[in-house]
Amino acid sequence: MNEHPKPPPVQGLDIDQALHRGLTESRSSRRGFLKASAGVVGLAPLLAACGVAGTAASGKQNKQFDWTAWWHRQKPTNQLVFANWPYYIDTTASGKNHPSLELFTKQTGINVNYKEVIQNNAPFYAQIAPVLQAGQSTGYDIIVITNGWQLTQLLENGWIVPLWTEKLPNFQKYASPSVKSPSYDPNSKYSVVWQSGFTGIGYNPKLTGREITSINDLWDPKFKGHVGMMSDNTELGSVALLKLGIDPATSTPADWDKAANILNQQRPNVRQYYDQSYITALQDGDTWISQAWSGDIYQANLKGYKDLKFVIPEQGVMYWHDNMMIPLHAPNPLSALEWMNFYYTPKVAGMVADWVNYISPVPAAQQYIADVIKDPTVANSPLVFPTQSEYSKAHDYYTFKNYNDYTHWNNTFNPIIQS
Amino acid sequence: MTETVLQPGTSIDAPPLVRRQRRKLSGYVLPVFVWLVIAWTIVPIVFMIIFSFNQAPTGRLAFNWFGLTGTWYRNVFAIGGLTQALEHSLAIATLSSIISVVLGTPMALALARYRFYGKAMTDMVIFADIAAPSVVVGAALLGFFLTLNVPRGLATILIAHVAFSVVFVVVVVRARVSGLDRSLDRAAADLGANPWIAFWKVLFPLILPGIVAGGLLAFAMSIDDLIITSFVAGQAVTFPLWVYGAVKTGIPPQVFVMGTMIFVAGVVLAIVNSLVSRRSPA
Amino acid sequence: MRRAAVPYVLNLPSWIFLAVFFVIPLASVLALSVATGNPEVGYQYTGHVHEFVSAISTYQTQLIRSFWYGIASTVITLAISYPVAYWIAFYGGRNKSTYLFLMLLPFFVSFIIRTLAWEFILADQGLVLGHLKSWGMLPQSFHILSTSWAVIWGLTYNSLPYYVLPLYVAIERIDRRVVRAANDLYADTRRTFLRVILPLSAPGIFAGFLLVFVTNVGDYVNQQVLGGTGTYMIGSVIQDSFFTNQDYPMASALSSVLMLLLLVAIYLYARTFGTDTIQEYS
Repeated sequence: MNEHPKPPPVQGLDIDQALHRGLTESRSSRRGFLKASAGVVGLAPLLAACGVAGTAASGKQNKQFDWTAWWHRQKPTNQLVFANWPYYIDTTASGKNHPSLELFTKQTGINVNYKEVIQNNAPFYAQIAPVLQAGQSTGYDIIVITNGWQLTQLLENGWIVPLWTEKLPNFQKYASPSVKSPSYDPNSKYSVVWQSGFTGIGYNPKLTGREITSINDLWDPKFKGHVGMMSDNTELGSVALLKLGIDPATSTPADWDKAANILNQQRPNVRQYYDQSYITALQDGDTWISQAWSGDIYQANLKGYKDLKFVIPEQGVMYWHDNMMIPLHAPNPLSALEWMNFYYTPKVAGMVADWVNYISPVPAAQQYIADVIKDPTVANSPLVFPTQSEYSKAHDYYTFKNYNDYTHWNNTFNPIIQS
Repeated sequence: MTETVLQPGTSIDAPPLVRRQRRKLSGYVLPVFVWLVIAWTIVPIVFMIIFSFNQAPTGRLAFNWFGLTGTWYRNVFAIGGLTQALEHSLAIATLSSIISVVLGTPMALALARYRFYGKAMTDMVIFADIAAPSVVVGAALLGFFLTLNVPRGLATILIAHVAFSVVFVVVVVRARVSGLDRSLDRAAADLGANPWIAFWKVLFPLILPGIVAGGLLAFAMSIDDLIITSFVAGQAVTFPLWVYGAVKTGIPPQVFVMGTMIFVAGVVLAIVNSLVSRRSPA
Repeated sequence: MRRAAVPYVLNLPSWIFLAVFFVIPLASVLALSVATGNPEVGYQYTGHVHEFVSAISTYQTQLIRSFWYGIASTVITLAISYPVAYWIAFYGGRNKSTYLFLMLLPFFVSFIIRTLAWEFILADQGLVLGHLKSWGMLPQSFHILSTSWAVIWGLTYNSLPYYVLPLYVAIERIDRRVVRAANDLYADTRRTFLRVILPLSAPGIFAGFLLVFVTNVGDYVNQQVLGGTGTYMIGSVIQDSFFTNQDYPMASALSSVLMLLLLVAIYLYARTFGTDTIQEYS
């Protein structure tokens, strides 16, 4: 037995050596590395034989399918799996229930499994695309996607079930004309709008010192370092196009280059390119003027930030829609149609709009909210029920024709945000 | 005040001996610094606790102060989806840390103490696992599960979490194991202990802090993971998934309440643990 | 015979798990970096490496910037974590594990909560800056958010547990008798630290470096929330490439490049610090 055992540093030395030898001593590390690379290289001929299938093929296939017959074959069920963005449906004060869904269950006997699983369009698409491509069910009957490349892709790839329009009389009756046949889904063949919104300008008049009326104000050097822009390149590019007086929906790549130019000129003024957290910066006063969504400003006002204002600039606003759609292999498609039809009534749309505070696709809901729910703040708000003058300034986004088109837009505008 | 410095044959856990005469200024700098750091880490928590009591006229969390209310505590489990998401997250984090520790500790031992074929390769894989961007790992796992027709849900989330946590456990435990006195092993063997007993009675207690630390890290990583989880979750929802999505329209105050509850539960656990260890004979 | 098999037995469960749920999926995704195509027409593995060249040339600014943020945040985290780990290990006494747990507890609370809190607290006219400005200690135009330093702050804050834990487990196992022996040999506190404690804790420093540096270089969330123009990191680029651009070959190429560069950095670290430590004792 030793009185004074050997000090551990020697062992520590061994271990350090062992670890570092693996990395530093050329022989073993090179050997290990070579072995690893040999494995990868060996796979190469195997991989070359394979490839990853594209989606275009399935798109063509599905478009030739006889959907009318398919719809007639469907049997009613008493379930509905509804995937939506979090906090995007009416909720009771305690947060427990969704009155509109409960009313639906009472009237139709269909149980709703409401899942708030959509955080953003691109990640959600990335989740469901491989599933749909493999011909499997996503498990959802209704998904809510914003108009944009992912929605276009879903349609192009034939992964969305065309709606059985005979079963949607309420849509025909109550839907606002501005959502009846959007540019990204002519004749509303595949989708009906859930909520919409404007992307305009939000600002704090106390900090800007004056009223804001024009997109040019986002370029005003007086606001240097306090301008917020969106990191979504579709929003960013579109607002620049509007500033140049170009309608984004009909713009060309040459226009996009011009827009990118002026955005680059704006860069020194911009504090940050924000995702949805732009509203925090506005609320805190870090930004004085920012690209903003109408619903956020409305919410901010209710939360006590009464100084913040939303303005529709003279050049126009962008008008976006979150759309309900039925993905392929949905387990309960008829239930989905039932809900869509149920939603497009003044009562139900009113219940939802009163809570969500974005633009409702059912104008008659305004009356319902004023008379029955008795909520004049919402009923009279142009941010929830825009008037004709507001709609006249609304512009649609550019609808991408194919992947190359989309890539071109990205390559034009991404460097502004990413550099 | 001085203390005798030489005490032969004391155990490794003997209290540290510091020359008391030096304890003037430098003796206080260190503890003050540490407490400042701990205070720094707690700043956001304090914020969270305060605002969990804030009234929220719109039902969404506001950073303006509206007044005290206990409503959110009374109704903390009101939002069914959120509560279920929290349950899922806690369960998965617990299981993930246990499995990661069970898988990772033996590997850490092997890496630290033995030479074997494939050691450099293992090092590379561990390194790659830490370095690989979550986006890529998440997409890779989704593709993998789809190819094998594995339904995605809580089980796949658990697998994914273990896949990235286990290497963190390996790294931490290995840092602990390396440098442990080999002669202790030999002493145990000399005294007739077979390898199994030698491990449990001698080695295991010594590396236990490393194992616990690794487990805690794995837990923290799992409970907060967003990207990889979003790929392999299928229809299941975890707490971070729910909360991140809600940021668009505004998060409910219950989120802060749940965070507070987790934190307070942890503090209580820590206090209980220290009381219990004080009672038990050293 | 049986003794030689020990490391293989220890490794086997983790090997299998990692091989199936990490190596194979990751390899198949990274293989896309030598593929050409797009989501519509599919991908063919053509073996072209132009994607790598394009990746490096287009995004070199972001790569360099990410490494800079990684180094800065890692060094600062180490500087903060070391005293904390040291104090808890040497002076923590019976409550060691409690302090450690308390140190880690804030990180069990969701990342989004912590970050929202910092956004609020660090706002231009918020709790901290607002008061400093009204006392005239800072110019009105000063801001922390939307700068590189805010990103590094966020990275450092969120890395603390990943450095404190490995450091703690490595420092805690240092035999106190060695420290005492150094004292016996007339070493003062500073020399004891530099020549005994610091080198003995090297495995912990390395382990923490691995966990912190590697994860921070690839991080993107801190930058997205706290950063401004000109702070974009490579992690965000990979995220964008994958989700927004759906440019999987580019995302895979960038990931491979990132992992390769990190490997080089670790190698350089081991060369510089590893061998020096060893030389101290030869």
